[in-house]
Amino acid sequence: MKKNGASIIIESLIQNGVNTVFGYPGGANIPIYDALYGHQGIRHILTRHEQGAIHAADGFARATGKLGVVFATSGPGATNLVTGLANAYMDSVPLVAITGQVPTHMIGNDSFQEADIYGITVPITKYNYLVKDVSKMGQIMAEAIHIATTGRPGPVLIDVPKDIQDMSAVYGKYDVRLPSYKPNVKGNTMQINEAIKAIDTARRPVIYAGGGIITSSAVKELVSLSRKGNIPVVLTLMALGSMPSEEDLNLGMVGMHGTKYANLAVRECDLLIAVGARFDDRVTGNPDNFAQDAKIIHIDIDPAEIGKIKQVEIPIVGDAKTVLGIIAEKVKSQPRKEWVEKIKKYKKDYPLKYKHSDKKVIKPQQVIEAVNDVIDGDAIFVTDVGQHQMWAAQYLKLKESRTFISSGGLGTMGFGFPASIGAVIGRPDKTVINITGDGSFQMTIQEMATAAHYKLPIKVVLINNGFLGMVRQWQQLFLGKRYSYTDLGESPDFVKIAEGYGVKGIKIEKPDEVKPAIEKALKHDGMVLLDFRVEREENVMPMIPAGGSIETIME
Amino acid sequence: MERRTLSILVRNHPGVLSHIAGLFARRAYNIESIAAGITEKPDVTRITIVVKGDERVIEQVVKQVRKLIDVIKVVELDYADSVTRELAIITVNCSKETRGEIIEISDVFNGTIVDMSEKTLTVQVVGNERQIKGIIKLLSFFGIEEMARTGLIALPYRSTRD
Ligand SMILES: Cc1ncc(C[n+]2csc(CCOP(=O)(O)OP(=O)(O)O)c2C)c(N)n1
Repeated sequence: MKKNGASIIIESLIQNGVNTVFGYPGGANIPIYDALYGHQGIRHILTRHEQGAIHAADGFARATGKLGVVFATSGPGATNLVTGLANAYMDSVPLVAITGQVPTHMIGNDSFQEADIYGITVPITKYNYLVKDVSKMGQIMAEAIHIATTGRPGPVLIDVPKDIQDMSAVYGKYDVRLPSYKPNVKGNTMQINEAIKAIDTARRPVIYAGGGIITSSAVKELVSLSRKGNIPVVLTLMALGSMPSEEDLNLGMVGMHGTKYANLAVRECDLLIAVGARFDDRVTGNPDNFAQDAKIIHIDIDPAEIGKIKQVEIPIVGDAKTVLGIIAEKVKSQPRKEWVEKIKKYKKDYPLKYKHSDKKVIKPQQVIEAVNDVIDGDAIFVTDVGQHQMWAAQYLKLKESRTFISSGGLGTMGFGFPASIGAVIGRPDKTVINITGDGSFQMTIQEMATAAHYKLPIKVVLINNGFLGMVRQWQQLFLGKRYSYTDLGESPDFVKIAEGYGVKGIKIEKPDEVKPAIEKALKHDGMVLLDFRVEREENVMPMIPAGGSIETIME
Repeated sequence: MERRTLSILVRNHPGVLSHIAGLFARRAYNIESIAAGITEKPDVTRITIVVKGDERVIEQVVKQVRKLIDVIKVVELDYADSVTRELAIITVNCSKETRGEIIEISDVFNGTIVDMSEKTLTVQVVGNERQIKGIIKLLSFFGIEEMARTGLIALPYRSTRD
């Protein structure tokens, strides 16, 4: 049957199980929007900015494990996606972005609203297309979705000139045949056996788990390996939630703002089992000193990650779930009493701590603890970037995977709130809490209109310190308190802004109001913005300065 | 730092060269030369890249290149075990007195004179890196007006293999 390019796009999405799209229309994608008009199979969420749309699609993908899809028009619409594409690329999020482009015969003429989005996005997409022939539209859609969702997932961009959207072609069924693209899932048996041997003979092994655990749904396998071998687990920011916070052997986050005991465990281990993690510099500090006495096993679906930062003794290219499953089944069950005792002692001796206030000022950590008390891990938490993100990562109690969503690799301020929109749309059964800062929130504040319009019951926990707090912390610690342009000055009246958008706002200034405010917000049906005025110059501790190691830890 | 020759087979797809070149640029790997052309299969392009770097760096580059969706195969060619060729066209200053000498040099390197004017000679030469370097060095005594080089292309020797 013949269909125009725009309808082929919509039909392919439906055929691939996509029923939710985020986006923003414009002159160059009018045919796509026309194909959406009155369409029953696809729900489209109109945000207030394309950056909001792509972060929402990203949050949707992270919360559900499904593909995120975003539409934008040519030129400025497309360039507004750039931050979101880079964000999804760094965190390996499956996403397809479909942009309108000026008509084929006008490409390259500096036409109105033209931008070479294909060229611009080459370094920040897993793959991208400029569609030049409508008869390829169906095939390209099938390929793009396949590439975005398999192997190491990532964003794929399809740029579709307006005339191609209007032209017709036969739409059929498409096989994806990409001879050059074959992700290796299984892992080499010999290497896996090597790994098992190494684990069985290790006295002080540690599992270093990254976001790949969540992507490949390897949570069960991770927990069972840890329990069976009595192997402590340290997590990256991206892996938070992949092991319940309650597990004894879960040491929480590792790295710059990780727990001291997680970093000590890595310092002292004799075998590091890295899974779905990429030795990011925020984790390793100086890579030479990271796990310096350990033999390293590295399991990753992406062969290019192995050996990129650290030399690895046992490389295994494969899917985390598959490989961990085999390893967990075959390793010897061992008590490793001495090592486990030592870790337990570290956990007791070096807990996360902060100075409680004299009852007059709210401490930011205290807000997160109050969230734990009220919610008991039964929510999806979405953060922005800064101090509040690190406090959330340190203090939040989590029960399951896909309940901690944060911009890890790119560290994008303004990600959190729109990502919460995606999360609540994808998981309407869950409470969605956005933990944000006054700097971050103001980067995409207009998406409150989206939340209000669709009646999305997001609860925003705004840790308002009046500073670009994380930068201020660096200025305090490393530049002698020269607070160059990090003081945001007089805080806007967030309650009024919320009300202006038609959502509820509450300002909280006293420590004993913290918990009741959160309780109240949860009882409220719609969105609530909780503006917590907190201690202005609180720092995130512990901290290992950039490029440092456990020896240089500040507490 | 060693110089290495990578032979990359890719799907003949618009933009693929920019993907590859961009990858090198982004990771600050220095490309010494790059040459692309189609192969015996019309939908496959061979890109030959000469890069400088130590073994670890090259290993990383190869992994990153292999990851690109359009890349079918990447091999590192051993210089001693490959046929490598480059084409250069060199316009060199000359006078009546030096013309004969330049032609002689060109002959020695199996070059061809492809153009001639009152004050210049244009030499075309095909050879491996050593030969191209050699003729450029000798011609530069006369002053090179302009020069164009294709970049290296290469294939492994088959004759000496068992
Ligand atoms: C888009 C963007 N711009 C700049 C930065 C650099 N940056 C990192 S943290 C931070 C401060 C964040 O302030 P806020 O959101 O108020 O959170 P806080 O650290 O105060 O909790 C800045 C400016 C960034 N990560 N992202």
